[in-house]
Amino acid sequence: MIARLTRHPAVVPIGAVVLAILIGAVVILLAGLNPIDAYAAVLQGSLDVRNLDYTFSVWGFICGMGLVAAIPLRMGEFNLGGNGQLVLGGITAYVVASQLGLPGIVAVPFALIAAMLVSGGFAAVSAPLATRFGIPIIISTLLLSPVAVAVASYLVRFPLAEKGSGNAQTPVLPEDAHIWSLGDLRYTTVGLLLIIAVMVIFYVVDSRSAVGFELRVTGANRRFGEYAGLKPGRLALGAMGSAGAVAGLVGAIIVLSSPYRFIDGALISPGYTFAGLAAALLAGGRPALVPVTAILFTILQVGGASMERTAEVPRQLSDVLQGVVIVILALRVVLDRRRAGAGKDS
Amino acid sequence: MSIFEWSFVAAVLTSATPILFAALAGALCAQAGVFNIALEGQMLWGAFAAVAGSYYTGNAWAGVLVAVLSTAIYSVILAVGAARWKADPIIIAIGTNLLSLGLTGFLLRVLFDTSGSFAPQGLDGIGTMPFLKGIPVIGDVFAGQSVLVPLAFVLIVAAGLWLRLTPGGLRLRGVGEHPDAAATLGIGVARYQTWVTILGGGLCGLAGAQLSLGNVTLFTENMTAGRGWIAVAAVILVANKAFWLPVACLGFGAAEALGFRLQGIGAPQQLTDAAPYAITLVVLVIMRVVVTRRRTHALTPKETLV
Repeated sequence: MIARLTRHPAVVPIGAVVLAILIGAVVILLAGLNPIDAYAAVLQGSLDVRNLDYTFSVWGFICGMGLVAAIPLRMGEFNLGGNGQLVLGGITAYVVASQLGLPGIVAVPFALIAAMLVSGGFAAVSAPLATRFGIPIIISTLLLSPVAVAVASYLVRFPLAEKGSGNAQTPVLPEDAHIWSLGDLRYTTVGLLLIIAVMVIFYVVDSRSAVGFELRVTGANRRFGEYAGLKPGRLALGAMGSAGAVAGLVGAIIVLSSPYRFIDGALISPGYTFAGLAAALLAGGRPALVPVTAILFTILQVGGASMERTAEVPRQLSDVLQGVVIVILALRVVLDRRRAGAGKDS
Repeated sequence: MSIFEWSFVAAVLTSATPILFAALAGALCAQAGVFNIALEGQMLWGAFAAVAGSYYTGNAWAGVLVAVLSTAIYSVILAVGAARWKADPIIIAIGTNLLSLGLTGFLLRVLFDTSGSFAPQGLDGIGTMPFLKGIPVIGDVFAGQSVLVPLAFVLIVAAGLWLRLTPGGLRLRGVGEHPDAAATLGIGVARYQTWVTILGGGLCGLAGAQLSLGNVTLFTENMTAGRGWIAVAAVILVANKAFWLPVACLGFGAAEALGFRLQGIGAPQQLTDAAPYAITLVVLVIMRVVVTRRRTHALTPKETLV
């Protein structure tokens, strides 16, 4: 019975999280602080009813950035350029929503679509770089990302800057171009519904369509996939394009939501990209699990601030825990092998 | 030649040296068949450890020692995980890179009660080489540099000779090129890979120390800012020709130094931020095009060209 329980597929991810939390507790203890207070503050800060509005919106962003990592991960590729794709989507949405003078009803949809196209196209560049020039996607996405971040930063500081403001930010978007809120909520918007819709689409494509199957076959065994006539180059193009499009969507939603402007660094500094990557890795790239694992990293992210306030534990602990979870996940193969060995003996 | 131009060469060297150490680590690992993309995080940890070591002991060399040893220990996660336990080196590296970012920021707050950057009064930096002053060219370029700058070039040459001329170097290359064949000859493949990765950790410690105690004397959060990834790109760029590694790294150094110059005459800082990455990518593409063309010319008989 116990043996069967330990073989359950959920054991590894949950074990990794528990272990990471314990290691985090040791780190906090070594820093001379109280881990129980810290974790309690994390939970209180993120799950307090008054904060749930904000927590939900962050969960949406982390889910979205989780997909940005998970879609290429399905075919065994790593997209580490989420920051650049996110920022490019945000700045595109701002330009479309503010500069084209579109009427209210179309401003938001146009901005979202434009952001998805631009970021998708930008991310898709990594596919031919890999297939034509042999530059691994993990490297090209990483090298392209700071370029996009710098371009956006330049635009915000100079041509699009708010006149007379000391901050590197654009003026506030016109009322028409604000994304629709859900009821009276301040942070949770229609954007969250869009991200949920994208997650459903990814789930359906992944599990019910030929392309999803081809993606998974390529991820499981690339040479077999090529032998069976699959085109990894074309799949990579599609996977990177859609991942970039999702990142663009998230960036656009952030800019079109409160405070309705593009602030330099505001899209990157909350760390959605790497929280999403951690969620995707913890989910093993499985579309249905990303929203679940994203909950954990949302709690860490949102609760980090209140942990800092009430327990005096620096919020960088969230990054530490993300890193530890990923390392433990990578090392779990040892456990798998030992288990496989044990099975042989008995 | 005017002083201005030699000072530019010096700036190129300053920018290139941390990347040179990290790229050497990556290249050695690549020779042994370990894909090491943990350079960024290891370098960041090294930079932090060097500043912490120098701050507590008051001696920059103690800081360098702390950086080398602690980064080597830190790299054991990758070494044992990837080489011995055969876990995915990419996922481990993503994890350890994030971990360094978090841990250095966390410790900055806990140990030094500051965030962003840490530049205490009187922090001891690595010594320069003032005795070279007055020697033409060499003095202009090297006198103001830290001692680690020439060391980087010495180590690259030493590593190249070691790989080519010694039985150990041959075995290392064999481990990377054909692990099964190497194992048949009784070479401990995992052992070689493990130790090379740990050695790479030590080199990344030097890279970080040069960055935080050589180029400047302070630590800022995420101060490596992608230099470790440039090093990975340099390793991919030169493929197996270690001789070109310094050239690739100096090219990056030139991009960064040129960026600073341009910024001095009014170009936006964002150009400086983006240029090294954009140039690296463009050079990667050009190199691939050149190499592929040469290879197809060499290997494919004209008649079979479709």
